Amino acid sequence: MSFVSRGFQGRRRQDADPSRVPPGQYVTPDYPVLSAGPTPHTALETWDFSIGGEIDDLQRWSWEEFRALPSEEVTVDIHCVTKWSKLDTSWRGVSIDTLLENAQTSAEYVVQYSDGGYTTNVPLADVTGGKAWIVYEYDGEPLEAEHGGPARMLLPHLYFWKSAKWIRGLRLQSEDEPGFWETNGYNNYGDPWKEQRYWGD
Amino acid sequence: MEGAALLGRLTWQFGDVVDLVEETAHVKTLVLDVPAWPGHRAGQHVDVRLTAEDGYQAERSYSIASAPSGTGLELTVERLDDGEVSPYLTDELRPGDKLELRGPVGGYFVWEPSVGGPVLLVGGGSGAVPLMAMIRERAAAGSDVDMRLLLSSRGWEEIVYRDELARLTGDGLVVVHTLTRSQPDGWSGYARRVDSEMLAEVGPAAKDQPHVYVCGPTPFVEAVANALVGVGHEPHEIKTERFGPTGG
Repeated sequence: MSFVSRGFQGRRRQDADPSRVPPGQYVTPDYPVLSAGPTPHTALETWDFSIGGEIDDLQRWSWEEFRALPSEEVTVDIHCVTKWSKLDTSWRGVSIDTLLENAQTSAEYVVQYSDGGYTTNVPLADVTGGKAWIVYEYDGEPLEAEHGGPARMLLPHLYFWKSAKWIRGLRLQSEDEPGFWETNGYNNYGDPWKEQRYWGD
Repeated sequence: MEGAALLGRLTWQFGDVVDLVEETAHVKTLVLDVPAWPGHRAGQHVDVRLTAEDGYQAERSYSIASAPSGTGLELTVERLDDGEVSPYLTDELRPGDKLELRGPVGGYFVWEPSVGGPVLLVGGGSGAVPLMAMIRERAAAGSDVDMRLLLSSRGWEEIVYRDELARLTGDGLVVVHTLTRSQPDGWSGYARRVDSEMLAEVGPAAKDQPHVYVCGPTPFVEAVANALVGVGHEPHEIKTERFGPTGG
């Protein structure tokens, strides 16, 4: 017989479709904050966004240029490795497809890098094809610094640490390069549906 | 960075509940014996998984309170009234029960004697837990590193580990309390939220480049981390661990 925690009833949620909640996650109406250090506060005048690395021409946008790019409104479910999931979050931002439109590259991996020194790595194929955005609005309001503003990655099909807050650019690489949490015990890929939380999952 | 650590898989395993210790009215320590425990470093956490009779499971993360030591493992848990897992751990669990867990998790919010000092620990409420593991590790190792704990609690009765902290004070360990909501008669210590002035008084000064660890609820961590940067601490020397209002 498999293990049962004596006396544990649990609180199954009635208000969330279980097929939208990955294993080991619970749904929260709140928006908890997770980060490893102080929140950076970057002035919009000095903010820019770059795509570099193994790419023919470095791409770079100032805040004004970035905000002039075609944007999309996205409503998605997000899943944090610390076990909370939040359903139907709504964002506005620029699709990575739009940013890579003029980029010629043979790279297969991407390192996202941020103010404050945070990095996280993903296969390039995971941020293209309508799967990822650089977002600057949450729920119709400018994204708060605490939640990654002025702009963060939104990569909802992976655990949320793969969506870098305070993002400043993407580095395209032919070699994979584990980022901050990935070198500190967390999974290199981070698929919530396979519960890839930690090394070896 | 701890990138050189082995890429071992964290498997689910069982711990035997040996004892439950009441720390405050809302906070209990679970004393476990985990026969296959691989060891941990101060500051790391574990995932706990509960399973109901129909197979329903709930997982949460809890900080490890104990210093690394054999198969013994202590988790300190704050009971969240609207929580799903923490009330089970604090109210239902009994010695002799088994608890399913895996870990240790996290290689960043970690202190060990080789990291050295000076060290500033700033905790809010049960955010003291991973910081206590560091204090215990320092004591166990006989380290005389300059380590200071600034602990913000609502009141005297709500200070987690109060007596043990008093015992461990000295030989380079300084413990400073601030009581934000109520203070006992004759209290002469801090009685307000942590601010820049308090951080400057407690020290170590930013010029001494202390390793700083901050743990508590999100608004606490945000405020303290911002204040630390404001008084000149290097952002990359400030490690934070936050827990949200839900989570339990």
